[in-house]
Amino acid sequence: MSQLAPTLDVAAPSLSTGSGTFARPFRDVAVLTRRNLIHIAREPLQLSDVLIQPVLFTLLFIYVLGSGISVSGGSYKEFAVAGLITLNLTTSVIGTAVGLTTDLNTGTIDRFRALPIWRAAVLVSRSVADILSAVLCMTMVLVTGLAIGWRPHTSVPEFVAGLAVLLLFTYALIWATACLGMVTEGPESAQGIGLVIVFPIAIVSNAMVPTGHMPAFVRAIADWNPVSAVTAATRQLFGNPNPSATVDAWPMQHPVVASVLWSIAILAVAAPLAVHLYRRRTTD
Amino acid sequence: MVQAMIEAEGLTKRYGETQALAGIDLAVPAGTILGVLGPNGAGKSTAVRILTTLARPTTGWAKIAGFDVVTQANDVRRRIGVTAQDATLDEALTGRQNLQMVSELADLRRAAGGARATELLERFELAYAADRPVRGYSGGMRRRLDLAASLVARPPVLFLDEPTTGLDPTSRARMWDIIRELVAQGTTLLLTTQYLDEADALADRIVVIDHGRIIANGTASELKNAVGGTRLEVTLTAAHAGAVEALAPLVAGRVDASVDGRRLRAAVNAGAGVATAVIRALDAVGAVVDDVAVHPPSLDDVFFALTGTGAAAGQRSADDLDGTGTDRTAHAAAPAPRTPTATARTPVAARPDTFNGAS
Repeated sequence: MSQLAPTLDVAAPSLSTGSGTFARPFRDVAVLTRRNLIHIAREPLQLSDVLIQPVLFTLLFIYVLGSGISVSGGSYKEFAVAGLITLNLTTSVIGTAVGLTTDLNTGTIDRFRALPIWRAAVLVSRSVADILSAVLCMTMVLVTGLAIGWRPHTSVPEFVAGLAVLLLFTYALIWATACLGMVTEGPESAQGIGLVIVFPIAIVSNAMVPTGHMPAFVRAIADWNPVSAVTAATRQLFGNPNPSATVDAWPMQHPVVASVLWSIAILAVAAPLAVHLYRRRTTD
Repeated sequence: MVQAMIEAEGLTKRYGETQALAGIDLAVPAGTILGVLGPNGAGKSTAVRILTTLARPTTGWAKIAGFDVVTQANDVRRRIGVTAQDATLDEALTGRQNLQMVSELADLRRAAGGARATELLERFELAYAADRPVRGYSGGMRRRLDLAASLVARPPVLFLDEPTTGLDPTSRARMWDIIRELVAQGTTLLLTTQYLDEADALADRIVVIDHGRIIANGTASELKNAVGGTRLEVTLTAAHAGAVEALAPLVAGRVDASVDGRRLRAAVNAGAGVATAVIRALDAVGAVVDDVAVHPPSLDDVFFALTGTGAAAGQRSADDLDGTGTDRTAHAAAPAPRTPTATARTPVAARPDTFNGAS
């Protein structure tokens, strides 16, 4: 019969440890990220919002809504793809809030908390899994765009810089919605409230239509919306039509710098806040 | 002197207006089982959450293997295993993936963790389901896997919060065997339970918690002696109107009758010939006796005497606080509803000396 328990070694844990204190946070994040990826592999349908929705949105916006919109400096298709990437990425981050509240409502979180792991590991691993989903989401829009005739017109480094700007912003949004996940009761309310917050932010922007014909008040919001800065930066770096370049607002004149600053600012506020809210929610 | 592996002094916990714990002192020597007994909402789970670093005490302190649960929480976490009341497994992962994940988070090398997972899956008779998602496991399988997850890092101190609640009798007996084996191998164990027979069978010492306070503390036999009085139980062939009156001079306190009136129970002052006297008294009024039992009090009797409530659901009224648990006639007339958990109490219910109306 195998030994279930130690024959008493009080001072030290009984089995040899696998890593030093420095490597621990990375190891904890890696283990928990793998758990999140197993969840996705087990239920591939939860990927529909990053696999199917991007394709659907791209085709619907370009062939239905786009047919009535004219854009100076190129076709609507050329204009829309960068906006469709930001639109899809911005709405996909609701998944972070949903995933975290789902976790918090199961006993699994207590199991993790009674283990000697890095406190932020649960949040960080979720952000890693979700940025991987975001890469998938972005790829789906790009592939759909390429299939229907959209093309980037700049060098590879500029194109890659465009992708980097998009993913940095998405990572910041993941932490912002993590905060939402910490204050909502369950997955249903996280989904509902998330959509109410995220959808207007994504739409009141230059993502799907140029801001030129919006009412002055809405236009001011759109021109200062970080989603607009990221979309304009992407259009600039992809070499696609970017009507916002003629707008006077500072972020529209410096979209790349504005996108990076917005992302860093959101991350600087949201990440510590999410960790704080997580501690508060899981400490009684 | 044996080192106390679990120590606590003056633990209190307040959630808003609710005083969940009102001052708990504990000292559990290495290699022993402490049974924590109490009705629902007594504060058992709160105490376990504090001792396992999941909750902070409002006042007071607790140490596990000498480490403070608040200031040295990670040192405590390296030395404890916890099986909570609600399963803490990841439903989407397989049994093996769950154990592998816990072992890596518990700081085992990957290969060591894999070997340990295989060993525990076999030991807990889960090898056949090791690569199936936990979602499809039965209640008993989940409890075993949950316990296996708690044992991955061979913790010297183990907390089991109601480990057999809701289990069928076979799963329960299996869990008892595992617990006994763990303690034989040197594990210190704190076990909360609503089942008196479980505490009686497993625990070296028992504390009874009610309303956040320890109201009794001792070995099972010490607690029984403290209640005092020998128990008399009589089974009649048929209910008899004069039987209760006939017994009255022989018993201490009141006689209570079961629903069908066939069974009578009371405290008696043990003395020579008490059974003979009972049979004669009943015979004199024409009551026909099937069975007479005179025995020391069970933990059930202790529990009722101390808390005035039923162990399973608090279904007993407060007027049963007279210390002898004899005020049961009222309950016999209006029997307490059997709770769902009562079905798991088969080992008790199967004993011929169990009094129907009381449990």
